[in-house]
Amino acid sequence: MRQRTKAEDIVRLEGIGLRYGPGPEVLQDVHMALPTGSFHFLTGASGAGKSSLLRMMFLGLRPTRGRVMLFNHDTAQTRRADLPALRRRIGVVFQDFRLLDHLSALDNVALPLRVRGVKESEIRKHVPELLSWVGLADHLRARPPTLSGGQKQRVAIARAVVGRPDLLLADEPTGNVDDQIGMRLLYLFEELNRLGATVLVATHNETLVERFTHYPRLHLENGLVQKVW
Amino acid sequence: MFGGRSDLPLKGDVTSRYLPWLVALMVFLAAVSLVAVFVLNGVVESWNRDVSGTVTVQVVPAGDKAGTDRRVQQAVAFMRGVPGVVSVKPMSRDKMVALLTPWLGSSTVIRDLPLPRLIDVTINPDAVGDLVRVGISLKQSVPGATLDDHRRWLARLITVSRSLEALALGIVVLVGMVTASTVVYATRSNLAVHGDVIEVLHLVGATDDYIARQFADRAFSLGFGGGLIGLALTVPAMSVIAWLAHGAQGGFIPRLTLPLIGYLAVALLPVAAALLAMIAARATVRGTLARLP
Ligand SMILES: Nc1ncnc2c1ncn2[C@@H]1O[C@H](COP(=O)(O)OP(=O)(O)OP(=O)(O)O)[C@@H](O)[C@H]1O
Ligand SMILES: [Mg+2]
Repeated sequence: MRQRTKAEDIVRLEGIGLRYGPGPEVLQDVHMALPTGSFHFLTGASGAGKSSLLRMMFLGLRPTRGRVMLFNHDTAQTRRADLPALRRRIGVVFQDFRLLDHLSALDNVALPLRVRGVKESEIRKHVPELLSWVGLADHLRARPPTLSGGQKQRVAIARAVVGRPDLLLADEPTGNVDDQIGMRLLYLFEELNRLGATVLVATHNETLVERFTHYPRLHLENGLVQKVW
Repeated sequence: MFGGRSDLPLKGDVTSRYLPWLVALMVFLAAVSLVAVFVLNGVVESWNRDVSGTVTVQVVPAGDKAGTDRRVQQAVAFMRGVPGVVSVKPMSRDKMVALLTPWLGSSTVIRDLPLPRLIDVTINPDAVGDLVRVGISLKQSVPGATLDDHRRWLARLITVSRSLEALALGIVVLVGMVTASTVVYATRSNLAVHGDVIEVLHLVGATDDYIARQFADRAFSLGFGGGLIGLALTVPAMSVIAWLAHGAQGGFIPRLTLPLIGYLAVALLPVAAALLAMIAARATVRGTLARLP
């Protein structure tokens, strides 16, 4: 994909190389950019490095070489004290959910609001609403271990979008739900995108991607990212 | 009451089970030590008050009462001539008998004893010269008269008491250090155990301070709870000691009392322990998190 240098790119990866320890290079020379307000799919075989790529975008991993620009900040230069402010602009749906097992679905979703110091009255108003939207109105008090895979996934999605992030990174967000709920979740992302969020959805669910051909698709293969359409 | 809501699964872990008891023990030790400091300080002060203003002249009885009276008069006259002496007052025989009755029993027996006579001498400690020299010349001019300067032997007692006070204060400091380092280690192990939760908190945008506050609130409430238990243990223990001490006082041991500030200091110990635990936890979390990549 052609390297952009426009200031309005929310994410810009420049010549990214990544290897874990002494292993082979997972990513070799990735150049890509997510313009503000765009919606992209990221596809690629299992093990291609989709999650690794996303991890660098939410400041969970540093590249072996290259530059990760986030909101026009060079993440390599970012001081630790500035990380929370950047992360609050990013919503992440983790492939493995990363829900806190000791907290209820409600408290899990409320977490990004609580760390921002949002008032409890606001939280009690908005969080149940959002959870009903993803079909979990009856599970507000449930703890993640008692939820099904698909239910956990929806809690994870609610947590990612609750803070109205500028950038939404969703890693296989429909992996555990049927296509009908999958579509519903993607509509949620679309809605968020319409409100201004930049969205990147990593998935290998081809049927889903085929239904949204109006969004550009990035494909990750052999450590390189290519634009498919 | 404190830190009601927490994002960390800290309730019911090992720390919350043993930390309050440790703090309770520490507060108990600190309370006993503090009481010792204040009581000793009171004792030393009352000794100091007694000692700095007075000396006693003792006159050994002569063969007959008239001879003894003459010696006493001579000694009184001598002492009145010493610079820095404010007043000289021979103690009446009745007062001496009264003083000795509790020690020797029946006053009729005492009355027949050839008791030495005592003269209370009030001095101005700043103006009086070398009392040892005064004592020597008194002995030379009045037979059987000796100057008893309480200060010399009380000074030694005071030194001992002051060392005991310092020791007790040292114990308080040590107890504080033990409490703080226990909290530090407990917090470190909690941080390690809950590393994955902390990572998620960071990823959703929590600051180090937000996370540290949760640990600090928890440490405060555990410390405060433990401190209250410790205080509750202190009350009966001190009552027993006070009751035992009541029998011992008299003579040169003045009334043992705990000043108001002492009660206040002991009552504030749970708060102090809680604050110490809170500060230790907060500093540990912030220090540990700051070292993360
Ligand atoms: N923490 C890690 N340590 C070592 N190797 C890792 C680590 N995480 C990922 N890898 C390796 O990096 C490669 C890419 O992994 P990644 O999880 O990014 O793939 P993915 O495209 O998300 O796969 P999937 O579609 O199955 O989720 C894999 O070969 C994997 O073994
Ligand atoms: Mg993955």
